[in-house]
Amino acid sequence: MKYITLRGKSSRFSFQIHARGLIITIIAMLSLFVLSLASISYGSMYIPMKDVFSVLILGVDNPTYEMVVMNLRLPRLLMALMIGASLGVAGLMLQAVIRNPLASPELLGVNGGGSAAAVTFITLTSGSLSIHWLPLVAISGALITAILIYLFAWKDGISPYRLILIGLGISTAAGSITMYMLVAGPSFLATQIITWMTGSVYGLSMDYVWTLLPWFVVFMSLSFFMTRHLNAQVLGDATASSVGQSVERYRLLILFISVALAGSAVGMSGPIAFVGLIAPHIARSLIGPMHGWLIPLSASIGGMLLVGADYIGRLLFQPTEIPAGVFTAVLGAPFFIYLLLQNRKQL
Amino acid sequence: MSILASTRSKWIVLLLGIALLGAASLCSLLFGLERFTLATLWNSFTAFDNSREHLLIQTVRVPATLIAITVGASFAIAGAILQAMTRNPLADSSLLGINSGSSMFIVLAISVLQIDMGTQEVIWVSFIGASVIAIFIMAIGSIGSEGNMPIRITLAGSAVTALASSVTSGVMVYDNFTMDQALFWLTGSVSGRTMAHWMSVAPYVAIGLIIALAMARAINVMAMGNDVAKGLGQRTLFVKFCCLFTVILLAGGSVALAGPIAFIGLMIPHMCRSLVGQDHVWLFPYCAIAGAILLIGADTVSRFILGGEYVPVGVITAFLGVPFLIVIARRKILR
Repeated sequence: MKYITLRGKSSRFSFQIHARGLIITIIAMLSLFVLSLASISYGSMYIPMKDVFSVLILGVDNPTYEMVVMNLRLPRLLMALMIGASLGVAGLMLQAVIRNPLASPELLGVNGGGSAAAVTFITLTSGSLSIHWLPLVAISGALITAILIYLFAWKDGISPYRLILIGLGISTAAGSITMYMLVAGPSFLATQIITWMTGSVYGLSMDYVWTLLPWFVVFMSLSFFMTRHLNAQVLGDATASSVGQSVERYRLLILFISVALAGSAVGMSGPIAFVGLIAPHIARSLIGPMHGWLIPLSASIGGMLLVGADYIGRLLFQPTEIPAGVFTAVLGAPFFIYLLLQNRKQL
Repeated sequence: MSILASTRSKWIVLLLGIALLGAASLCSLLFGLERFTLATLWNSFTAFDNSREHLLIQTVRVPATLIAITVGASFAIAGAILQAMTRNPLADSSLLGINSGSSMFIVLAISVLQIDMGTQEVIWVSFIGASVIAIFIMAIGSIGSEGNMPIRITLAGSAVTALASSVTSGVMVYDNFTMDQALFWLTGSVSGRTMAHWMSVAPYVAIGLIIALAMARAINVMAMGNDVAKGLGQRTLFVKFCCLFTVILLAGGSVALAGPIAFIGLMIPHMCRSLVGQDHVWLFPYCAIAGAILLIGADTVSRFILGGEYVPVGVITAFLGVPFLIVIARRKILR
């Protein structure tokens, strides 16, 4: 049974669902759910599963548990979920549009630009302006960087490797803006910024969750509307335009959504590396290039990676916490080298 | 191809460069948050009287200037050697991850082995870090097609950099003590180090510079490609080994001294090549002088940017280097 066919009584609607895609996506979401519960339950303080449920669903009875779950672990988990999912989907869309397995938000300077904008914002305002501006600031930073990179890399079209190399350069420049802010800013912010620069969901409150949520919902839904266009884009410019797509317009639109997703995520957590690279690769190797399922699957896998990295970072060196970004980098850099060697023929 | 065609013009410009370097050093010694007169400077050397001015000059300005000269020259020559070795116009110890790799090793060593910043051990750790990364990158470069080697090693370098900087900041978050020591050094800075630091690194760098100059002709041959070099009777493996050794001495030593200062090894060789052409016999001295001038200049300017607050010089070189990177990426290596 490769497809499940759904058909209305009077044939008003009729469509097929790819069985493997459906099953694997459901499995991924279930695992993500289990991992999330585990990350709420375990930590420096163990909270039994039934108490987790009673706090989350019934509310009440144990104020300590409620404080730990509602104020510390839940917001952190939700942030990790949203940020991981955003990065996973952003990476998926970039890899489809640029048609290069090595493309990812950090290589294209989106992470660097978003972070530089966010750090500049934090330093210059020193907390006098609300964090609700942060996603907007980070998205603008990421967009400006992306536009710069696209313009500089444009030379009778876009070559993926030129794009990546120039992305590298612009990221370095953005990184030095961040460093400059770190040194120029008040020293009480330095520790905070250093933690943040490694990429971490440490200490994010419910306030951050509500701040990021609208952006996440809007751009994630937009990405689902891009499914058909992503499927066309991966076929190459010629085929995409012959199936009736206005290639350049959709490429820009998809890039915009991708940059906005990654930018808003990075503005909250700092530059978390390699999630946007790894998640789409795992997803594609599981179900192949069908973007209808790849989007939810990449999102779940991205979420799993970040929730997992944060979880390990919390447990491994108790009581000190290691930023999640360290683990994604330790995992991601060898994976990147592996991809590099895999693609050495075209490379 | 090159602007300076005749040997005489090359000599003249080289001497002008040395004069400029002298003038830049003088500016670096005299100007900053505090300004000194030439007489004070002179007296601090000849008749040191423990006054505040003399102490400032001798313990702050003189080391900063010497370190800027040493580090600027080293990174520039290391970049030129790497570019010849890999035949990659984008090769540079910072882009290939060597700088951030040795920084990671240093920060790890400080945190795990509890050694002090600026001791002899740090230099050796830095050399080990530089060797590990350099050998790794060269190995990646040798797998796969020769034509795509430049992009492959640059991308591998970017992955190493990403990993190294994540681990570095992870350690710093884990170990707050390390952070205070390392933060300023990590952004790339020639100030805040003492004469003793410079003295402990200088011999290694000097050896590196001497080997580089001695190898200049062999590097000319190597830059023509492996097959040609072999055909001309060169022991290519030996030459490559010597080159790598030199790069490790120069880049590793400089990182131990001043942190991972980016892009000097990218900018300077390209600028110098347009002046004197491909001949490394001329290229190396030019690179050394131009690199030193650049870093002294950047350091002196950095004292004024924030008015009082010191800007790490690495921030400035990163900004200067990016346009170069863009131009090179647009121009050469992509067919």
